[in-house]
Amino acid sequence: MPATIVTHSFVPWQALEQHQTTLPTGSFGACANFVGSMRDFNAGDEVSEMTLEHYPAMTQHYLDELCGTTIAQWQLVDALIMHRVGIIRPGEAIVLTAAWAAHREAAFAACRHLMEELKSQAPFWKKELTPTGERWVHNAPSEK
Amino acid sequence: MSIDVKFFASLREHVGTDSVTIDAGRVRTIHDCWQLATQSADLPDNTLCAINMQYAKLDAAVEDGAEVAFFPPVTGG
Repeated sequence: MPATIVTHSFVPWQALEQHQTTLPTGSFGACANFVGSMRDFNAGDEVSEMTLEHYPAMTQHYLDELCGTTIAQWQLVDALIMHRVGIIRPGEAIVLTAAWAAHREAAFAACRHLMEELKSQAPFWKKELTPTGERWVHNAPSEK
Repeated sequence: MSIDVKFFASLREHVGTDSVTIDAGRVRTIHDCWQLATQSADLPDNTLCAINMQYAKLDAAVEDGAEVAFFPPVTGG
């Protein structure tokens, strides 16, 4: 049940495949995953770069705990979270969440839970670079 | 007898530093930590707090040796 903070660009599909090969063959019937990547626009402006800051010790602690509680709640075979920090450019992956379960209902629900909890609780902050300068990102509740 | 106080993101810019060590004998709650560490700077309404990497409220008690953090609403994912 790894939760990994990533400091460099990563290919989520490779990470997903790589992790799945570590799971016991035949132990799951469903894998649901979510990948969030950086847009080149936000709130009506072009965005050329983003810096993702975090609170390292708390972030790792929170994500580890989230993986553990999610696995227990949905009786998953495993769960995976990867999240970028540092300087990110449009098109690059920011986050990967995945859940492996016996059946799709648990996999879909658990994957969504991982993402929604991470978005609302994990101590990460985005600062984006626009043509008029840098600004901190504020989450809009309507943008899900 | 000390408490480490950390500030992140826009809160770090707001107070002008990323961390301050304060005397544990002079504080009782997280709010006291803010007052002492920032010399009573304005505390933004939406500020979140943590003690030892766990979310906590402003009136939560703080023990000697704790790490207290202040930060704005999170925007990861």
